[in-house]
This record gives sequence, C-alpha cells and structure tokens, in this order.
Amino acid sequence: MKFFSLRKRPKTSDVAKDRIQILLAHERSVTSNSDLVALLRNEILVAVARHVPVDLDQVDVSMDRGKSLSTLQIDIQFPPMPRRHASMRYNA
Amino acid sequence: MGQVLVVTSGKGGVGKTTSTAALGAALAQGGQSVVLIDFDVGLRNLDLVMGAERRVVFDLINVIQDQAKVSQALIRDKRLENLYLLPASQTRDKDALTEKGVTKVMEELQAKFDWVICDSPAGIGKGAVLAMQHADIAAIVTNPEISSVRDSDRIIGLLDSKTEKAKIGEHVEKHLLITRYDESRASSGDMLQTDDVLDILSIPLLGIVPESQEVLRASNLGSPVTLCSPHSLPALAYTDAARRLNGEVIEMTIPVERNRLFGRLFGRRAA
Repeated sequence: MKFFSLRKRPKTSDVAKDRIQILLAHERSVTSNSDLVALLRNEILVAVARHVPVDLDQVDVSMDRGKSLSTLQIDIQFPPMPRRHASMRYNA
Repeated sequence: MGQVLVVTSGKGGVGKTTSTAALGAALAQGGQSVVLIDFDVGLRNLDLVMGAERRVVFDLINVIQDQAKVSQALIRDKRLENLYLLPASQTRDKDALTEKGVTKVMEELQAKFDWVICDSPAGIGKGAVLAMQHADIAAIVTNPEISSVRDSDRIIGLLDSKTEKAKIGEHVEKHLLITRYDESRASSGDMLQTDDVLDILSIPLLGIVPESQEVLRASNLGSPVTLCSPHSLPALAYTDAARRLNGEVIEMTIPVERNRLFGRLFGRRAA
C-alpha cells in the first residue's frame, strides 16, 4: 500500500501552484479594490443613513472581481422599522 | 538621462543584492556607466558584496542631509572604472530617507550615468517604496517557491500604484528575474515551474539564474559573480539579463551544467 502511494505521489509543485493561485486571486481582489470599497461603503452609508438609522457594525460591503463580470455586494442590517401608524403618532 | 532600474522583491533573502551587483557589473562590463545605490539603510550589504566595505566614507543619508556631495560619497569600483557605488548608512534608520532628498540624488545621478540601479530593502516599508519611486524599469527577483511569488505579487501592486510613473498614469516596465533555480528539484517536480510563475505574475522574464556555489564564492570574495567567475552559469544568466535590459533579444535558456554529466546523473538519482 505504501509502495503504491509512493508511486502515485503527486508533484508538490502542482500543489504549490494551486495554492498560490487561489491565494493571489483573493489577495488581489482585496488589495486592489480596498480604496474603492471603502469609498463606496462610506457614500452608501451616508445615503442610507439619511432615511434609516444604521449601525456601522451591521454593514458589510464586498467586491468580487471576475474576468468578465464584477459584483458589488452590500449587506446592511438595520433595526425593525417602526410601523407607519406608529411613526405618524410619534411625529404628531 | 540615464535609466533607473530598481531591483526589488518584497521577500528577503531571494538575491536582490547579489542581483544588483551582478547586473550592474554586467552592464558596466558592456561599456555603460553604472551606479549602484543601496537603499537598505541600517542593514547595508551591497558594499560587502561589491568588496568596498572598507572604502565607505560618506553615504546616501549624508548626501540627503547635505553633509556630503554626491561625488564625495560615490565609491569607484577597483575593477571596472565605469562602475560606482553609493552606499547606504549603517547607523541611521529608514526615517532618515526623505522623498525630497532621494529625488535630488536621483536627478543628479541620472544626469551622470547610463544606469542608476537601486537595491531595494526587503519589505514594503518606506525604504522599499523610495527605492522604486523613480524607477523606469523594475527587476522583480523571485525564487520559485510560493512565499516569494506571493510577495512579488504584492510588490508588483506597489510598482503599479506608488511610483512616480504610476502617479502620472504611466507604467514602470516590470521584469521577472528568477533566482536560485534548482535543476534537480525542477526535474523531480518539487519546484514551481518557471512557466507557472510567469503565468501567475504575468510579467515578462528577464532571466533564470541557477542556484550555484559560484554566487556564494563571489560574495565571499566581495566581487560580483559576473566579474569573479564570468563563465559560470549564474554569470552567464546575469550577462544575458543585462543585455535584455538594453533591449537585445536573446533566446531564454534554462541553465544546466552540461560538462558535469556524471554529477548531474548522480544528482538526479539523489533527488
């Protein structure tokens, strides 16, 4: 069994190649977009905060850059909105 | 105006200083005037590799702080009259380097020399950024292993964002210099392939320098390997790389010791 596994031992260079490719794909998207993501995060927050109370810790902005398509994902959690009549009463 | 070449890598110990010395000497051996600048303030070593450690009087920081003129700090190589060294300071730290001061020194050297070669410190700190600041061309020294490739990728990102060229929307010409290439590990499949490294980093190849005892001998003797043993494999690789920097088109060869067949067979069996 051991003899068999030795013969079929994969090249370590192939493992290294796969690992570094996956790692760099991630690191490049993080470092090259960090300024843009921070900028978008701030501007989106300002816009949203004008209308609903937002907790800064409950905001997650991420960007995935693909070959033909990039996506921007914005995840904002905010406390339950007051019901309409409740807010009207409050305003009155 | 001379061309500015930065020899950089991110990772330490991959062969930046060795490569700076060898490329500089090879360019000077080809007849061009060359100055090497050590940016590794506090941990200088280029003076040692060049065999000029006992001739340092003034250094880069002295020039930046107007305590000495450039001409006073330059050390002329004893073997090649058109090769000079501007050493780093060993006693100061990197904060003594200023953007304004470096710019002044670079302008003065570019007016005098065909090539200004900056030996970058490891890392991505102030020293490394200032070393690449004025570069026209970058040689990114990379060993065929993953941590070195990762750091080189990071340095490529810096070259594309922090240099003077990047700031005016131009590009630093980036080249990959693979060092410590090991033929026996390559054939046993335990070393990242050159093509894979090129594919991952997507920059053109400047040369492949094999791991060799000659490099160690050269540094022991304080002489660039292209001067110390000009017919050795690493020297030939550096000489070809220097010619490519001058725009010559030379076929890329993977360096293999041809005249030591027995040793090679034995080495392969051992690997």
